Amino acid sequence: MAANNFRHALFCAIITLIISYPIIGFNLEAQGIDVTLTGADASTIVMVLLAAVIVFLFQMFREQIMGGLKSLPHPLPQSSKEPMAENRRAKIESWVLTGIVVLALFWPFFVSRGAVDLATLVLIYIMLALGLNVVVGLAGLLDLGYVAFYAVGAYTFALLSQYVGISFWLALPIGALLAALFGLVLGFPVLRLRGDYLAIVTLGFGEIIRILLNNWTTLTGGPNGIGGIPDPTLFGMEFGRRVKEEGNTSFHETFGIAYSGEHKVIFLYLIALVLAVFTALVIRRFMRMPVGRAWEALREDEIAARSLGLSRTAVKLSAFTIGAFFAGFAGTVFASKQGFISPESFVFLESAIILAIVVLGGMGSQIGVVLAAIAVTILPELAREFSEYRMLIFGAAMVLMMVWRPQGLMPMRRIHIELKRQE
Amino acid sequence: MLVLEDVHTHYGKIEALHGVSVEVKKGEIVSLIGANGAGKTTLLMTVCGNPQASSGRIFLEGREITREPTAQIMRSGIAIVPEGRRIFSGLTVEENLHMGGFFNTKAEIRKSIDHVYELFPRLQEREHQRAGTMSGGEQQMLAIGRALMSKPRMIILDEPSLGLAPLVIKQIFEIIGQLREEGITVFLVEQNAHQALNLADRGYVLETGKIRLHDTGKNLLENPDVQNAYLGG
Repeated sequence: MAANNFRHALFCAIITLIISYPIIGFNLEAQGIDVTLTGADASTIVMVLLAAVIVFLFQMFREQIMGGLKSLPHPLPQSSKEPMAENRRAKIESWVLTGIVVLALFWPFFVSRGAVDLATLVLIYIMLALGLNVVVGLAGLLDLGYVAFYAVGAYTFALLSQYVGISFWLALPIGALLAALFGLVLGFPVLRLRGDYLAIVTLGFGEIIRILLNNWTTLTGGPNGIGGIPDPTLFGMEFGRRVKEEGNTSFHETFGIAYSGEHKVIFLYLIALVLAVFTALVIRRFMRMPVGRAWEALREDEIAARSLGLSRTAVKLSAFTIGAFFAGFAGTVFASKQGFISPESFVFLESAIILAIVVLGGMGSQIGVVLAAIAVTILPELAREFSEYRMLIFGAAMVLMMVWRPQGLMPMRRIHIELKRQE
Repeated sequence: MLVLEDVHTHYGKIEALHGVSVEVKKGEIVSLIGANGAGKTTLLMTVCGNPQASSGRIFLEGREITREPTAQIMRSGIAIVPEGRRIFSGLTVEENLHMGGFFNTKAEIRKSIDHVYELFPRLQEREHQRAGTMSGGEQQMLAIGRALMSKPRMIILDEPSLGLAPLVIKQIFEIIGQLREEGITVFLVEQNAHQALNLADRGYVLETGKIRLHDTGKNLLENPDVQNAYLGG
């Protein structure tokens, strides 16, 4: 056993050396038109060796280390306590959540512009993750191309505002509905697929949309993207210094306050907040409705669900459509927030991050997904000081998370169906 | 109640059923026995429309269902207890039952659940337990209970005795007898030929996709061929 461990650890260390030495240990230097190869300085080589030693030690004592990790105190100590009565807990939960939402409403007036901007992004990710949670967490359909619907929402707004000149408020439902339509269209060919196969097809779909946006230059501007997307207005009041559109008034003039660029940022944040809360409530409602139970039944056992007369077509399509709808929502807000969109914002990495949020939060659990969205969006920002290491820290955090709490931050607690007894 | 006329079923190019004709009359218990791979489950799945029969016709209460989609067939007064139980293991017992009555109103569901609890008092004890944590016998009871939730006029059972202890099997078969008392037609597919034929009014023997024998349950039990092949001599 020990010898085996040693061999394995040595092997890993050598692999580390082989991989890292050529990449880090050599530098390509351009001298005129020639490129020369120079060795790195001593300290880099020491670092590479040190890395190999660390890999060796970790692999050697892997079991002890992992065992130690498992025996860490449980992150949620109260989970071992007796659960509260169902209705009391629900009441406390709803009060706490309402409190948080109210706090979130007033919070932007006391913090910096950058923080509000980041919070808006967090809220967009919350919307996306809640939407994907329906598809992946509840219906159990692994969707790797979710970002496509996000793109559809964003581009719907961008294109319609550019060619037809519609406002944010009109674009919001149109973008969401169009994204939902795309969800429906994608749903049809993948009805028979499950698991890996479904993942591959949705991955392809996501790429098709992105490449289409990239190459249809005449319509979408291709890689140059679309700029000048209008900001949302509040009952015809604009947030810019000058009114852009005929007939509109500006916000600061109407209320007789000094112009400030922050108004717009806060307003966008509030819109995103309201939409995120709306998304959460609507999906929560769906989860309690028969269709929500049908999603779960299909995830648990497709054959059993069909034997009860559930239509696979209807259940899967509804999950895809509703998930896509909210991605469209998020896309419209995103386009409005950025003022400029290009296909670059809708790459596969986005899908992967949204999926990571859902998995980290705990499949199917809304509160977990919201927490994970906050963590995943803010963590790289907090780690900005470490500059190039921040993705490394992000990755390490994910790995630790999966080892430590594979079921997610807050695993889904199923909403129990209570039926009144007949007396 | 249920009539199959010369049904052929293919999996791709392979023919699994070579012209099977079966009839289940109202209020009967009919057993279908056969060895592994004879096509018993295929026959049931064909009735449910998954896969659909490539030729031949299937009637349910006089209505042709051969080409109907599965979801529609399963909503027209027929229920199936699939092979290997296939309960929703992550859901509680009550939620499983609730899913069974998906297309009924809440009041109807409550009534049906109470009825299922009468048939299987054990399930009531486990009401809020996750279904996957129960024993095999309890899970089979739940699978039958769930099928009953849609208030079917006919119930199809695919190997309800699979992997259960003899005592539990006996209990399950008692319940099946009870279902007949309630006026539910039963189509039973079993490897456990002895018990299945004992209970049945009539029986069919399926061999490599064809019906070999068809008689009353009692006669089949006494038939030397059946005794040799399925009852261990």
